[in-house]
Amino acid sequence: MPGEDVWRPVLDGSVVLRHDRVRGGDLLLMPERAVRLSGEGGRILRLCDGSRTVEGIIAELRGTFPDAPLGEEVPAFLERIRAEGWLR
Amino acid sequence: MTVPPAPWALLAEVTHACPLHCPYCSNPVELVRRSRELATADWERVFGEAADLGVVQAHVSGGEPLLRPDLAAIVAAAHRAGVYTQLVTSGVGLTATRLEELVKAGLNSVQLSVQDARAPGSDLIAGRVSYADKGRAAGVIRAAGVPFGLNVVLHRHNLDHLPEIIALGAAWGAERIELANVQFYGWALRNRAALLPAREQLDRAKATLAAHRDAHPEGGPELVWVMPDYYEGVPKPCMGGWGMRSITVGPDGTALPCPAAYAIEGLAPPNVRDRSLSWIWTESPAFAAYRGTGWMTGPCGTCPRRETDFGGCRCQAFALTGDAARTDPACSLSPDHHLIRDLVEGLHETAVDGGESRTAATVPSGFVYRRPT
Repeated sequence: MPGEDVWRPVLDGSVVLRHDRVRGGDLLLMPERAVRLSGEGGRILRLCDGSRTVEGIIAELRGTFPDAPLGEEVPAFLERIRAEGWLR
Repeated sequence: MTVPPAPWALLAEVTHACPLHCPYCSNPVELVRRSRELATADWERVFGEAADLGVVQAHVSGGEPLLRPDLAAIVAAAHRAGVYTQLVTSGVGLTATRLEELVKAGLNSVQLSVQDARAPGSDLIAGRVSYADKGRAAGVIRAAGVPFGLNVVLHRHNLDHLPEIIALGAAWGAERIELANVQFYGWALRNRAALLPAREQLDRAKATLAAHRDAHPEGGPELVWVMPDYYEGVPKPCMGGWGMRSITVGPDGTALPCPAAYAIEGLAPPNVRDRSLSWIWTESPAFAAYRGTGWMTGPCGTCPRRETDFGGCRCQAFALTGDAARTDPACSLSPDHHLIRDLVEGLHETAVDGGESRTAATVPSGFVYRRPT
């Protein structure tokens, strides 16, 4: 089937993404660890619900950030998060 | 007074009751009786106040938290407040039904303890037959698909079993194994002579750890080594700084910057029954007592590491010197370092009865078990 092996990023089951209303910004929470996301990391990861491809995520963000180099930055960010084991 | 940063973590010791009798129990020598425990509604309020302060992580611990019949309600309160919640359990009493109830309430992860790689050693330390229960609990956690960490306290009688301990964690399906070298607080200090390892044992364990990491750079459980401060010459950066990151609330509502701080005389810890957690964190004298660097004495005040290890552990300084403001004797710069150096220097492998060829179960233990009446 075409497209079957296209990556549709989703957070690992051990990881919770939430807004930190006290400090501002977004956090990834997991056992024994809290990771503060900088910039638009939280906005990008909220789109990682297992339904969107990386291209789909970029397309969603394009509306908000028409001039940003999303095509390079978003895949690189997602790969970094996947390498940490937080994204599947 | 400067405003402290928002706390990240809450250690909720919901009960001191425990089915195990471990000689290295870090709970205080005087345990809180069940009749003095906080009610469900108190914990619900504490979690709400903690989240308002900035707490995002909680360890629900004890004793054995499963002995609280209202544990699911407590977990649910943490979940409602947006706090990532980990159950810290002996595994005794963790049935599939109980875990399902807790996961439905919003529990995020489980940390299971085991005392050694095999039943005789594990049961000897626990002071009761419990190893089989732990194996069953591991299966329950794995079946539920909940993030699973294993905690093993390491000491003279199990350090040489480290390869088997790591293999056990992998076989049980743990994603993370916390290899926690024994620390001597609370009840544990009474058993120091029976638990303190020899340097050679620690060296072997570190070599095992390094070899395991080299052989499994990606796969297998993550191994977390909690340092044996008696042998390092540098103190632990305890709690990430007193009153800087974490709040402990004990079974009766006593609030402390560190779970071992019950023992510090004169600290006058506040209680969540009397005060809001916000007052406790920002205003209470107990949380301010050793915050920052202004309280430091001896070599700490001018030490380049004073913002790295915060003078080490206040509770250890108090336990060994009677003054919580002294440099942690685990530090080689401490004027009291001889208290630790003399202990460990006299302790070599030949002094360890039996050595590695004998199992822990056959070694005369000399443990003082924790058996509250």
